[in-house]
Amino acid sequence: MERITNIALVGVGGQGILLASEVISRAALLSSQDVKKSEVHGMAQRGGSVVSQIRFGEKVYSPLIPDGDTDFLVSFEMLESLRYADTLAPDGTALVNHQVITPVTVSSGQQPWIEDLEARIQQAFPRRRIITAFAIAQELGNIRVLNMVMAGALSKLLDIGESTWKQAIADLVPARYRDVNLQAFESGQAA
Amino acid sequence: MADTRQLSNQSSRQFLSGNDAIAHGALAAGCAVATAYPGTPSSEILPAIAAAKRGVYCEWSVNEKVAMEVGIGASFAGARALVAMKHVGLNVASDPLMTLSYVGVNAGLVVVTADDPGMHSSQNEQDSRFYAKFAKVPLLEPADSQEALEMTVAGFEISERFDAPTIIRTTTRTSHSSSTVDLDGLTPAPQVERPYTKRVEKTVMVPMHARQRRLVMEERTEKLREFSETCGFNRIESGDAALGIITSGICYQYVREVFPEASVLKLGFTNPLPRRMIAEFAAGVKRLYVIEELDPFLEEQIRAMGVKVEEHATNLNIGELSPMRLKQLRAEITGEPAPAIPSRGVGEGLPARPPVLCAGCGHRGVFYALNKLKATVTGDIGCYTLAMSKPLEAMDSCICMGASIGDAHGFEKAGHKGRVAAVIGDSTFFHSGITGLLNIVYNRGASTVIVLDNRTTAMTGHQDHPGTGRTLMGEETREVSVEQIARGVGVKRVRTVDAYDLEAVERVLAEELDAPEPSVVVARQLCVIAARRAVQRQFVVEADACRACRACLRLGCPAIELGDPIPGKPRSRRAKINRLLCVGCGMCCQVCKHGAISEVALEAV
Repeated sequence: MERITNIALVGVGGQGILLASEVISRAALLSSQDVKKSEVHGMAQRGGSVVSQIRFGEKVYSPLIPDGDTDFLVSFEMLESLRYADTLAPDGTALVNHQVITPVTVSSGQQPWIEDLEARIQQAFPRRRIITAFAIAQELGNIRVLNMVMAGALSKLLDIGESTWKQAIADLVPARYRDVNLQAFESGQAA
Repeated sequence: MADTRQLSNQSSRQFLSGNDAIAHGALAAGCAVATAYPGTPSSEILPAIAAAKRGVYCEWSVNEKVAMEVGIGASFAGARALVAMKHVGLNVASDPLMTLSYVGVNAGLVVVTADDPGMHSSQNEQDSRFYAKFAKVPLLEPADSQEALEMTVAGFEISERFDAPTIIRTTTRTSHSSSTVDLDGLTPAPQVERPYTKRVEKTVMVPMHARQRRLVMEERTEKLREFSETCGFNRIESGDAALGIITSGICYQYVREVFPEASVLKLGFTNPLPRRMIAEFAAGVKRLYVIEELDPFLEEQIRAMGVKVEEHATNLNIGELSPMRLKQLRAEITGEPAPAIPSRGVGEGLPARPPVLCAGCGHRGVFYALNKLKATVTGDIGCYTLAMSKPLEAMDSCICMGASIGDAHGFEKAGHKGRVAAVIGDSTFFHSGITGLLNIVYNRGASTVIVLDNRTTAMTGHQDHPGTGRTLMGEETREVSVEQIARGVGVKRVRTVDAYDLEAVERVLAEELDAPEPSVVVARQLCVIAARRAVQRQFVVEADACRACRACLRLGCPAIELGDPIPGKPRSRRAKINRLLCVGCGMCCQVCKHGAISEVALEAV
């Protein structure tokens, strides 16, 4: 039986995680037998921590990834990568957007910031790709496309063809934003 | 965004959320009227039906009770009707539901209720399956999107065949998970013409009629029980006879994942339960477990049938289930080693990232003022419940939709010392605040009700409501005024303030809280997310002028952060504004006593 691939997207509400997981699911759907995706709406999206999970393979039962079975932890924010570090499989890979979004608990002085963030990321993820997705999106003139930069970076680690990815993006992104999203995806592939 | 959720006929294999699959099912079943009040995780069902533009009348009813009543009327009149709500919405709609069960339907009526195990976006995690048993109506529990679709179609047929409303109970992980759905095998049931005929003995529930219907209802339960024995949604998946598991809904997926070898009785039609099928399954396995999320709804009934169910010590009744929790159970019952997740050792002291009121949220100023006025604040259901957190800390209660107003009145009548204010959103006010306000007027109360009017149902995803002037089907309609309603029920002191004008908010609230008669303050400002406004103004902290007093931080705005210390005072931290987050509401500028925050020319970010 084809092994199930488990992908978790984590980050902060408003970073475009839900669209990225739609695109990844769509690409998986175009190239695999079975796909499931699970996410939480509502309260979680007011600047809170957000998780979306995607699983694909020959037959997927649970839409939730068993803890410690995540193959690819795609973190849109550095602190969040640490929060979900233990969900990653021992040989799993972390893709981390090199961006910090200060939580309001820190900006308001209620909780101290962790000063060893970068060191912890190095310790947590022996297999890691640090992607300057936010900076790349800024260069492209639209910070919202950082999600497609991350999708592009992830695509290099998955066995899904480039044309399938581009099809998925074309299917899901409104026509007027298609070019910049495709550019962002390609920048992510090269990152 | 154009996305896979669009209902199209281009491909028979689609990737749909459970909610979208229910919408597809309603369309396939020829549903003609659909009603709902938005509530996570059920909110997307109605917009998906409406977006298909297939002639289904869709509405956001003002609350779930009304949604249910509209559905009942439509069913009587001969239209298949779907009524959707979140789990606590069914509490609101339970009054019509309980007697609807006596009355039955004409055309099929499907009630969708979405539970939220783990309380991702809810105030409780009630197990709504008990409503089906309580009301004695058929219950379906889908395990994925394919079943959500098929059960919706079947739900209408069952409703008509057995003359009862059918409840479809989803959970967050069925409503908000997406999976592949095959639309190919979907054969819409031929719709039977069901013209309305007046039958008062069936539909007018005076005691004389209700006593007769009570007997009919019991006969129906026995027929439904027979049906559950042969219903295709209940099936035995034979495996190792040493271990048998009975499960339903999303838990089936976790069971298959974690116990691949087990014999499984998968229940999809779960009220009334198929006794013979359960007994037969139990007889064929050595050890029998029941695995279900939340309350032991199945397990208690199965035990009452005299079937031996194994005890275990792993708690499955609180919170959301997951493959991990079932692995713990597996370890317990098989004696295999417990699942161990090696820690990467990086989790210590991570600062929390709770959801917060958005930068520029118009609710912020009201809570800032209430905090300063040291008021006792009875709260309600919506984004604004987030104001209970630091630093605003301006909420004392949150129970259910509309509760703020009655709660405030109760505080007052109990002789509570100090100022009391009820805080309620616009959609929540229309949902169930009006009756509470009328109650204050009638019973000589003097409470202050603050309506946080952001012109949308924000928390659930910005749905329209009676105050927006637009219906779910995109038609323009009369824009109902909160102020007029307040005056209409007899409130003489009704005032409206710009929620961004902190001075006015504070002054008006202080005056009204001290007034010896009921008052309503409408604090109005568009929801910053829904408005999608381009940033009009930009503010900066002049570092030299900032005295690091942190007054602006007491607003709890995510755009205001701690910056550098004042030179020579290493423990101080000046404020700074994060330009990526700031939307230019200007509230921080109003609270700075040192004039350190000022408006600057707009700059592209």
